[in-house]
Amino acid sequence: MSARRIVLTSGKGGVGKTTTTANLGAALAKRGHRVVLVDADIGLRNLDLVLGVEKRIVFDLVEVVEGRCQLRQALIKDKRLENLSILPAAQTRDKTAVSEAQFAGVVEQLGALCEYVLIDCPAGIEHGFRNAVAGASEAIVVTTPEVSAIRDADRVIGKLHERGLPLRLIVNRLRPEMVRSGDMLSVDDVTDILSAELLGIVPDDEEIIDTTNRGEPIVLQPESRLAVVYDKIARRLEGELVEFTSFSAPGFFARIFGKAS
Amino acid sequence: MFEFIQRFFGKPSSSATAKERLRLVLLSDHLSLAPDVVEALKHDLLEVISRYVDVDEQNCDVTFEQREKEVAMLANIPILGMRSRPIPPSPPPPPAPPSREPEPAPAIELEPAAKPVAKNGAPRPARRKRRKAQLSASTASQAT
Amino acid sequence: MREMIEHEAPAASAVPRQRGRAIVVTSGKGGVGKTTTTANLGAALGVGGASVVLVDADVGLRNLDIVLGLEARVRHHVLDVLEGKTALDDALVSDKRVATMKLLAAAQTREKDEVDTAAFRDLIGSLRERFDYVLIDCPAGIEKGFANAIAGADEAIIVCTPEVSAVRDADRVVGLLGDERRVKLIINRLRPGLVRKGKMLSVDDVNGILRLPLLGVIADAPDVIVSTNRGEPVALDPASPVGESYRQIAQRIAGTLTTAPEIPRERTFFEKLFGSLK
Repeated sequence: MSARRIVLTSGKGGVGKTTTTANLGAALAKRGHRVVLVDADIGLRNLDLVLGVEKRIVFDLVEVVEGRCQLRQALIKDKRLENLSILPAAQTRDKTAVSEAQFAGVVEQLGALCEYVLIDCPAGIEHGFRNAVAGASEAIVVTTPEVSAIRDADRVIGKLHERGLPLRLIVNRLRPEMVRSGDMLSVDDVTDILSAELLGIVPDDEEIIDTTNRGEPIVLQPESRLAVVYDKIARRLEGELVEFTSFSAPGFFARIFGKAS
Repeated sequence: MFEFIQRFFGKPSSSATAKERLRLVLLSDHLSLAPDVVEALKHDLLEVISRYVDVDEQNCDVTFEQREKEVAMLANIPILGMRSRPIPPSPPPPPAPPSREPEPAPAIELEPAAKPVAKNGAPRPARRKRRKAQLSASTASQAT
Repeated sequence: MREMIEHEAPAASAVPRQRGRAIVVTSGKGGVGKTTTTANLGAALGVGGASVVLVDADVGLRNLDIVLGLEARVRHHVLDVLEGKTALDDALVSDKRVATMKLLAAAQTREKDEVDTAAFRDLIGSLRERFDYVLIDCPAGIEKGFANAIAGADEAIIVCTPEVSAVRDADRVVGLLGDERRVKLIINRLRPGLVRKGKMLSVDDVNGILRLPLLGVIADAPDVIVSTNRGEPVALDPASPVGESYRQIAQRIAGTLTTAPEIPRERTFFEKLFGSLK
């Protein structure tokens, strides 16, 4: 069985790659798929923290590449979702510790163990990016509806095209009320400018800060609207045609009483 | 209600400003990232102009400049003399056989300063369509 | 370099200029507000009368120009200067609004590996001879781009949001900056309401870990997005609370404000009510 190997990238840092990798992975696992998440951010790892497994790290990706442990020893199984595992990055090394070929090799090995490998790419388009992309067969570009993020996403899309990687776009941290008042670019604006196919729209939601603090994927809270959103994205990845949620802006009083996103 | 009034009388929304700024800056970025396309454009441009006037090819210069409201192509082409009669264009090449490979990248559509034309006079498709074509071509080749 | 040669033989009557300060704005984590902070601090310092040059060290993914609304004016970049293709003066872009502020843009189509660290350090050194402040916008991460950006800076500002990943990355960067630089902290995008509900780290939580002198705390606010849309730094907007935070931080940097930073508080019911009617 050969897995789909998907790299989540953006160019710009801080747009939500790690959060998206964690939650999309969790959503796919919840739907019954075997999923491995790989943190390619050697030196600045965060996927472990976002999933709350930081205390359970014994071995990391660099040690696997250097042959100091078996791949299975480094994989951390999530305690809440039995289909989900993560391969953490090394924290005290830098990205040159692993070559593109070595990284691709690890991802290929992982591909034999599961259905989906999601690779959390570091920010930028340097060595770490090249490693992360080397292992992938497709890409998800994550962007926010902001000028700098879009400009960087455009650069990354160009790089992915050069490598012939099919890609789709997730627009993260949308604030519908700001789009309505003309203070934020709309999803259509973003897909227009980037000429990319849309995979998902994720609204800005302060709950994600709380769940990240606790190291818990928000997907595990079924009443959260983000759980629904990530589930839809997972379904689209499976190939289902799912309508995009329309996020209408909340009304006047909702804004006052703080129910707005 | 106030937003509506402001939008009617006031300045454009910041998202509209952002969209326009991005359009221009990305066009500028793409041009600087495609030196081979720019070379091909320069070559074709000189070929067309040479049909009418004799140019000093060694000292021709074609650059792109981003300005506040547009990206412009600036061509500096020293002219040595006039041709007594314009040279007719060469006949268009025969159409290529159909293939599953994605098309080679066409030139970027320049607006509003100049629109490059192919040898047969048709304007070249914009980059936007190229991306979608590439995506569907690679998706098609991925399907098993 | 031409700039340095000029300064080797000052006129006998010239008063030696005090060397400017070179400050790198860094974070480790991307997206926490380094570029926005560099742009706004530069603007605030410039409005205060100082001469400021902003250097974008994010080769390949430049954004300082677009945040300042100067993207249409950039003709040359740092690598052009370092490689001797352009004189420094030709590469410096004057800001539209702040007369004493200039921008030295990054190259968009090159890679960070192409920058020679020693040459970059020398460039910062020569900029210090000409400007009161050299603010360097550091890229995210801790790879070559980071190493280049910190070369030549003897002060650093760490920008950190009150989120676990950001604090962790900032902590890593503090370690890498070492003892040779004076390092200070700006906490960005605080949401006081979430802090009160225990859903966000507080200022004390963050600085309890990082233990740095605090320059300021900036609340999360949508007007930063609008200002970036327009390319108009929020520090130039007298009505913006975020702008006011940046102006105060600039004063602390300049040494004209010595009070401890205020921690933004939650907006009251009436502030929310009237805020929505704008």
